[in-house]
Amino acid sequence: MSETKILKVEDIHKRFGDNEILKGITFEMAKGETKVIIGSSGAGKSSLLRCINQLTPPDRGRVWLDGEEVTHHKKSISGFRQRMGMVFQEFNLFDHLTALGNVMIGLTRVKGLHKAEARKRALHELERVGLADRADLYPAQLSGGQKQRTSIARALAMDPDLILFDEPTSALDPELIGEVLEVIKKLADGGMTMLIVTHEIGFARSVADEIIFLEAGTILEQGPPEELFLRPKYARTRKFLHKITELYGD
Amino acid sequence: MLKEILQFMPMLPYLLQGALITLALVAGALAVGFGLGLPMALGQVYAGKAARRLIGLYIWFFRGLPVLILLFLFYFGLFSLFKLNLAAFPAAILVLGLRSAAYQSQIFRGSIQSLGQGQMLAARAMGMDTLRAIWYVILPQTLRVSIPSWSNEYCILLKDSAVTYAIGVMEILTRGNFIATRTYQPMPIFLICAAIFIVLTYGGTRLLHNLERKVSIPGFEERGGGKLA
Repeated sequence: MSETKILKVEDIHKRFGDNEILKGITFEMAKGETKVIIGSSGAGKSSLLRCINQLTPPDRGRVWLDGEEVTHHKKSISGFRQRMGMVFQEFNLFDHLTALGNVMIGLTRVKGLHKAEARKRALHELERVGLADRADLYPAQLSGGQKQRTSIARALAMDPDLILFDEPTSALDPELIGEVLEVIKKLADGGMTMLIVTHEIGFARSVADEIIFLEAGTILEQGPPEELFLRPKYARTRKFLHKITELYGD
Repeated sequence: MLKEILQFMPMLPYLLQGALITLALVAGALAVGFGLGLPMALGQVYAGKAARRLIGLYIWFFRGLPVLILLFLFYFGLFSLFKLNLAAFPAAILVLGLRSAAYQSQIFRGSIQSLGQGQMLAARAMGMDTLRAIWYVILPQTLRVSIPSWSNEYCILLKDSAVTYAIGVMEILTRGNFIATRTYQPMPIFLICAAIFIVLTYGGTRLLHNLERKVSIPGFEERGGGKLA
């Protein structure tokens, strides 16, 4: 292996009851890379993200973060999760905390920073996502786009090696999607390593170094966006891209 | 009737002492119920199968029996099995508390589940262990959401505490009954008792309602109860 891979995923299998959701997923990510996972509903995209940070541990297969194995280390999993941020479709902001409190809590309660220091850092992250003036508002007082930007700031504050995005714009009103995508685009340009599940095909094209097409629990096809979009190898990929472009435009 | 009631006014301090005992009984039982009920709720949501079964068994037992039977069972039998020789008052606190724990556990379980899984997921995803996530993320929200149902539990417990009359705890009703059987005038005395109870329920629920408003999360104050056109 010539360059160090920040994330290695090897032969991940996951089954829920009779339903095998993931049937052997293998891929790697280099530092600073952005990969986008696309695929139809039920293809296993969200499950794959959760298998990576062990929120739902895989049945089989292994995951490495920066050369250290994440799987089979139940005790140190919290330490690994600190280094893998996660942004959820439904934001999952802590409703009893202000935007600032949401960004601070990981710093004070997980990383053990002092309050003043955490506050400074959190304000900086909110500024990065354009929400410095919303710091004292509670989630219920924020718009969907502002909520999602807050949750991105919350992930950024932990200084993660990579961030997992689970359909970050799927719960947003159409006119609010742009502000969130813009923030993610800025992070990509800034060299953040990101693994993004999304249906925003135009965005995927502009931000991804590589696109992974997940179909029925396996990686059917992967490659640079231009290649995958212009010359998909499989009819199934072509059909999906066609449908998704019709639905979400680009 | 007013005249009769006024005639019993000299008895009021005696009854109010009973009210203090009732309040102590309720405070003690609520505290025991909270201390046991909250961990049981957390156990029912987050613990393994064996623990969940055990908690379920406890709740089934304490919710399934009339409070009077529980009181007799424990006071006249079960406590001595554990070599506990309790006076009526602490025995009453313990029985009402153990029973309240069963009810409170379901109040808290409902609140925890109403938060949805996302809160726990997000906390775990940022590297919190389960205990920290419960303490810093789940509990602050659970307790807030629980206040309205918890004020129900206060009212019910306050009134149920009157059955400790059966084992001789000197609470309001025991004292009222003393006076009634001596004077052969039950109506005015029980009216006074009723008045005391209603003041206590009103005061308590009022206090809890104020607390609810004080700790409400901005943006959530009127959730579900907002002014609709």
